Amino acid sequence: MFEFNLPLANIVLVTGFLLILSGLWAMFIHKNIIRMIIGFSLMDTGIHMIMVALGYITGGTAPIFDDAVDGMQMVDPVPSALVLTAIVIGLGVTAVMLSYAVKIHQAKNSLSIDDCAEQKW
Amino acid sequence: MLKRLFMLIALVLIAILFFDVASNFTERSELSGISQYYVEQGAEELGAANLVTSVVVTYRGLDTLGEVTVLFISAAGASLLLRRRRNTNKKLVVEESSEIVQTTLSIMFPIIMLFGVYIFINGHLTPGGGFQGGAVVASALLFFMLARPNDSISHKLLMKIESLSGFTYVVLGVLGVILAGGFLDNRVLGLGEFGSLFSAGLIPLIYILVGLKVGSELGSLLQKFRE
Repeated sequence: MFEFNLPLANIVLVTGFLLILSGLWAMFIHKNIIRMIIGFSLMDTGIHMIMVALGYITGGTAPIFDDAVDGMQMVDPVPSALVLTAIVIGLGVTAVMLSYAVKIHQAKNSLSIDDCAEQKW
Repeated sequence: MLKRLFMLIALVLIAILFFDVASNFTERSELSGISQYYVEQGAEELGAANLVTSVVVTYRGLDTLGEVTVLFISAAGASLLLRRRRNTNKKLVVEESSEIVQTTLSIMFPIIMLFGVYIFINGHLTPGGGFQGGAVVASALLFFMLARPNDSISHKLLMKIESLSGFTYVVLGVLGVILAGGFLDNRVLGLGEFGSLFSAGLIPLIYILVGLKVGSELGSLLQKFRE
């Protein structure tokens, strides 16, 4: 049951899952907003790793035509392109979250989520 | 305490789900469907050596336009949140950084800029492209802000570069509808010689625009955070 066969894609996939779990854990247990944002970024990175792992082909090389890759099997270019999109959007979301954190800090003079009690339902 | 228990249970359930997926996963050994088509025909059809670039800029160009829009909206949202009230408009005066840092800035700033531009101009040939090059350009701007904390980069200029390149991007996309097969089709210009700098039709042009847009957007975002 604990036997993973260990080609490259599996290692990357498992690492991605672990990163998602640790990111979720960080978001759950921390009260500090900045730490929650760091947890979000960890989770984001984990998702990217999983997507890249899903596109890997055994023995594949980067999908760029060059003399060096002549006739070699290429990895799937579509997940790479999607991850490129996902990274940029993750960056945008993180920027907005950080500016909210700055705003909260200005208003409450603290970064703890407990001080935002009026938002709780 | 109860809250923690629920968190733990949620995490364990997610972990079980992930474990199931991970243990049943086997690496793929061949391409399928649309990827097969991209790898076999993509280079011939669009003339770009970097297939990821062809997918990002042309096959899924509309997604990339949406992505640029998302980045723009998030930059706009962040600057809306971080805007300063008029009455607290006092300039923050920070101590100048040391001469070593300032001299390094004047040597490194053009080089980092040039590297960013190189990355997005060669996006269709080498790993890289508009977003990566734009990030490098923004890092040069960040260096500038760190080394000279009392000088600011013209916000108006950044905004003009950004909106102009965004507008031109859409115009180029519409040109594709009129002159070639569809929105953002890169075959408006000739495909050129495969693997040379001036090849792959519109792709380098679009990536230059994306690079300028991303660079100026991230630059103004960083500036907002500094203020």
